[in-house]
Amino acid sequence: MLKLDEIQLRLLREVADLHQVPEGAYNIRANGQSAGRQSTANIEITPKQEVSGLEIRIRPGTKNESVHIPVVMTQSGLTEVVYNDFFIGEGADVTIVAGCGIDNCGNQDAQHDGIHRFYVGRGARIRYVEKHYGSGSGAGKRILNPVTEVYQEEDSTVEMEMVQIKGVDDTRRTTLAELAAGAKLVVRERLMTHGSQQAVSVYEVKMNGAGASADVVSRSVARDDSFQKFDAKLVGSAPCTGHTECDSIIMDRGRILAVPGLEANHVDAALVHEAAIGKIAGDQLIKLMTLGLTEQEAEEQIVNGFLK
Amino acid sequence: MLELRDISFGVEAEGQDKEIIRNVSLTLAEGKLAVVTGPNGGGKSTLARLIAGIEKPTTGRILLNGEDITDWDVTRRARAGIAYAFQQPVRFKGIQVLDLLRLASGQQLTVAQACRYLSRVGLCARDYIDREVNASLSGGELKRIEIATVLARGAKLTVFDEPEAGIDLWSFQNLIEVFEHLRASIAGSSILIISHQERILNIADEVIVLREGRVAARGPREEILPGLMATDSTGTCLGGQPERGADASC
Repeated sequence: MLKLDEIQLRLLREVADLHQVPEGAYNIRANGQSAGRQSTANIEITPKQEVSGLEIRIRPGTKNESVHIPVVMTQSGLTEVVYNDFFIGEGADVTIVAGCGIDNCGNQDAQHDGIHRFYVGRGARIRYVEKHYGSGSGAGKRILNPVTEVYQEEDSTVEMEMVQIKGVDDTRRTTLAELAAGAKLVVRERLMTHGSQQAVSVYEVKMNGAGASADVVSRSVARDDSFQKFDAKLVGSAPCTGHTECDSIIMDRGRILAVPGLEANHVDAALVHEAAIGKIAGDQLIKLMTLGLTEQEAEEQIVNGFLK
Repeated sequence: MLELRDISFGVEAEGQDKEIIRNVSLTLAEGKLAVVTGPNGGGKSTLARLIAGIEKPTTGRILLNGEDITDWDVTRRARAGIAYAFQQPVRFKGIQVLDLLRLASGQQLTVAQACRYLSRVGLCARDYIDREVNASLSGGELKRIEIATVLARGAKLTVFDEPEAGIDLWSFQNLIEVFEHLRASIAGSSILIISHQERILNIADEVIVLREGRVAARGPREEILPGLMATDSTGTCLGGQPERGADASC
């Protein structure tokens, strides 16, 4: 493939663990252009005509295959909105790895807004991994505003892993999901913000069918002067179970706002929200210092473990 | 060798100065195991925290092998060879037992090496090595993992703050074996245990009774233990609240 430079290759490693051309289906987007694309017998990737983006169609019953669609940007001043639609056939079981890395050395903002829609067929199962990463020393911001919409048919399962650990200045992540009977959604979000970064995560999960379940858990660390907002709303309109959790460490002058939202429209909707925000416990630091670590080393270990 | 010279420690409580440790002097020689006992509130845990560097004495000096470590912080004392086992083990979200044992040993232990420390405290190693050191573990499990991390340090001086606290009777038998094993392999190091337990007192070279922040009695086990038992028969409690299992002084 792929005429990618060293910085773009580094970004690819950060967001998709890719060291070479991935196996299976993939599309790699670099500075607004496709830098490589491959479909397989069961997974077809085609570009959209009217807007920027892809249609990814996964045939019913496809098992143990993967799709990689990473995005890398190294051009200051580039702003793009990309629409990717995934159609996952009945009974399929696949892993989808997305993610966006921005290296901005210039003075203009670089922004990627990915709108991902998942239509998950009956009994299908997907694991979706999305990592965000920013680097570069320019004054221009690195901005990511992903929108994820998930429409789950009966008895389907979606596991989402959202990771943003470093370097993204401004992000607003919106995740909307609608679950039919027996559908299951599991979200694990890990987030760390530094400097004056801002990160907002908004979730709205509608459980519309009997036996639907949702579990949305965010673990986050806010350092320096950064700000995070975790706004998770569960709506239960049938017998269902829902759980959201925001577990956060604040350091320095970091700020975190957790906004629980539970809406039960059915007497058998069981919804739970948990939130805990606080600084690193003093006895955790002392314990690791009694093992010979400095206070700073102890902090790093605690934060790394927390976000692992 | 550890030496405490005329150590006092006070805190301000409700606008008044409260002395918790008063003019305590003692030495613990290499190759020796000492047990500090006495009533609850007598200052035992504070003494352990002063040795580990978590608290700083108001007056007095602390020496390790002749070197004044009074002003050293926790990290520096740890690196100089002081290990400290918490009475209430600390929980960590996301940090696994293996991570903690590696940090404690200061080496990239293999799983097999790490498992040996867990086996020594009676834990079936493969069930625990990947567990997070969090609230999913029971108090007794956490306590044994705490002791395993201290064993992994291989320290010159190890301080245990009430190792029996929070441990059930079944585990207690195992704990005694851990200390008997430590006792047998003490050469080149020394151990200080804060405890109320008769069976731990029974393996001490020296017993120190701390009451109201002062050393009320101190000497070889053979001399001090009979006195503790006699005090018990008069109805005076030296050892504080009864623990589960045998208790020397209540």
